[in-house]
Amino acid sequence: MNETPTHRADRGGPAQPLLLVRDLRRHFPIRGGLFGGQVATVRAVDGVSFAVRKGETLGIVGESGCGKSTTARLLMRLLDPDAGTMVFDGEAVGATGAGGMPLKEYRRQVQMVFQDSYASLNPRLPIEDTIAFAPRVHGVPAREARERAHELLAAVGLEPAQFARRYPHELSGGQRQRVNIARALALHPRLVLLDEPVSALDKSVEAQVLNLLMDLKERFGLTYVFISHDLNVVQYVSDRVLVMYLGQVAEQGPVEAIYERPAHPYSQALLASRPSMDPARRRTEPPLTGDPPNPVNPPSGCRFRTRCPFAEPVCAERAPAFADLGGGHEAACHMALPGSGHSRAGRLAA
Amino acid sequence: MSGAAATAEAARPAANGAPLVRVRDLTVRFVSREATVYAVNGVDLDLAAGEVLCILGESGSGKSVSLRALMRLLPRAARVGGSVEVAGEDVLAMDERRLADFRGGVVSMIFQEPMTALDPVFTIGRQIAETVRRHEGVSRAAAEARALELLELVQIPSARRRLSAYPHELSGGLRQRAMIAVALACRPRLLLADEPTTALDATVQIQILLLLRRLQEELGMGVVFVTHDLGVAGEIADRVAVMYAGRVVEEGPVGALMAAPLHPYARGLLGATVHAGLRGTRLTTIPGAPPSLERLPAGCAFAPRCAEAEAACLAAVPAPRRPAPGRMARCIRVADGAPAEPVPAARTG
Repeated sequence: MNETPTHRADRGGPAQPLLLVRDLRRHFPIRGGLFGGQVATVRAVDGVSFAVRKGETLGIVGESGCGKSTTARLLMRLLDPDAGTMVFDGEAVGATGAGGMPLKEYRRQVQMVFQDSYASLNPRLPIEDTIAFAPRVHGVPAREARERAHELLAAVGLEPAQFARRYPHELSGGQRQRVNIARALALHPRLVLLDEPVSALDKSVEAQVLNLLMDLKERFGLTYVFISHDLNVVQYVSDRVLVMYLGQVAEQGPVEAIYERPAHPYSQALLASRPSMDPARRRTEPPLTGDPPNPVNPPSGCRFRTRCPFAEPVCAERAPAFADLGGGHEAACHMALPGSGHSRAGRLAA
Repeated sequence: MSGAAATAEAARPAANGAPLVRVRDLTVRFVSREATVYAVNGVDLDLAAGEVLCILGESGSGKSVSLRALMRLLPRAARVGGSVEVAGEDVLAMDERRLADFRGGVVSMIFQEPMTALDPVFTIGRQIAETVRRHEGVSRAAAEARALELLELVQIPSARRRLSAYPHELSGGLRQRAMIAVALACRPRLLLADEPTTALDATVQIQILLLLRRLQEELGMGVVFVTHDLGVAGEIADRVAVMYAGRVVEEGPVGALMAAPLHPYARGLLGATVHAGLRGTRLTTIPGAPPSLERLPAGCAFAPRCAEAEAACLAAVPAPRRPAPGRMARCIRVADGAPAEPVPAARTG
């Protein structure tokens, strides 16, 4: 292989986060009116900061319009951020010169798996060619690239002799998603972004693919960012969880803290919205009313205040800072911030 | 009052005492030049008035096709066999005129995608009022008053203002509520729901499920609710029918079925459903994939994936067995008349 070992090397050491994201921002203009001027702005991702630690799975949850998929596209640099920095293992992504990492190199180390397993495969290529495509582009000889494709097919549970020459339409949804996972691994990435990877699959197939993802993570020493609207799946796969609401982080922390002691009223409501799985203990009141608001012109101050049962004047005046709840658990809520001016302030922080 | 409404009224006394829905040996095949797809292969269903039945299954299990057969919403290529009775009427024998009155009047349907079920060029109020006038022949003013009442019934905020809204002006959750309002316009006795909450966010899904449950109780409707999500079934069903490869493989009260499923497929599905407390464990999976509906195995369709399969499973489709009152499973390992294995006392839903 003509790939130099430095591509896989852990440069910053275990304490250096694999990916550090600071104040990431992406707005989309909405044009309209007589002269096609900008009439509004979708604040899809509006000041998002987090770290992905080496070897962990960071889960990102949230409802439609919360910016989780835009975040994934920004992380992959399929979209350029308006503002913010990304540091991959100590190197600034996209920066030139010393301490910078060119985009081509970054994209080799970060790969993505999408929800729609069919749309993300070339319908005219046999799947082994699809998997071998990126290594070929990066200069791996044809024969070697094909061998790698076969190894990866075997690794994702598709017998190469049987499947290598098949086309995407000849596979089931679960098999296609396995091909997408194999393709994502073809360049030996260190970070894999999984954007709703099992959401389109049937339950029995979903479990197979989740088991596979856990096996591959172990086997190849991968780090995952796992984006999903399914709270149960995120709890199952994640070490740490980020809860997003209207383009911002509402709360983040270790999975146990988020699921057992959610501090943000939105996280609490989101978790309480899950079906109980026990017909004898059904919910009688919905935890929230209304739909998530439109990310065009979000509310002032705390963006959740329009649906929050505890909202007070301070919530409209100022956006809450993150309250440190210990152990890397933090929530952006005035109630968790002593001295914020909210009547319940400080009750949560203790 | 129009003749249509009178016919609907006349049909009601005949249904007294009989189940609201009685389906026997329903088969649906889609025949084309290339292949025949055996989508539904002998389904029996009963639904009492005021009861909620969830049909649970994965893609291709025949759950939606079975649901559509209840109001004959299948394409021309479909060959439908067996019998379907709703409110005492033979649905498969209805002529087009009776069918038009029956749909909306006696039975109504809500879908996963309200955007495709609602007409984008008419306001919500107009779509509801039109349905009411078509079936009940009332004045425009009365129909509009009823439309307002319906929007309030489905808890749409600022209902009066929303009457003049077009579907695209509403959020996903409000659109789903508007579609429910259209479906309930003529007080149907049976509501068919095809994954109506699947496309919704978690906080909105629970609102719609609670709304449907409340409406069902208040209006005393029977509901057949198709879903792939066991959690959703747990929130809304009285009884659950699990479908696999076009057959009901297990049926029972929701609490008992979720606590201790009898059929290996239902057990596998429950085990493969990710829920709290599984972190760090390996998920149990069902190996393989469902069979092609063009070439179904001769015996139990689940046998090729079943760890407990034996020669007898491949010989013939297992007959329904009833180990306990209200419970049924099509599996030869389930005993008739007694539990197949010592199962914990099932919670009653």
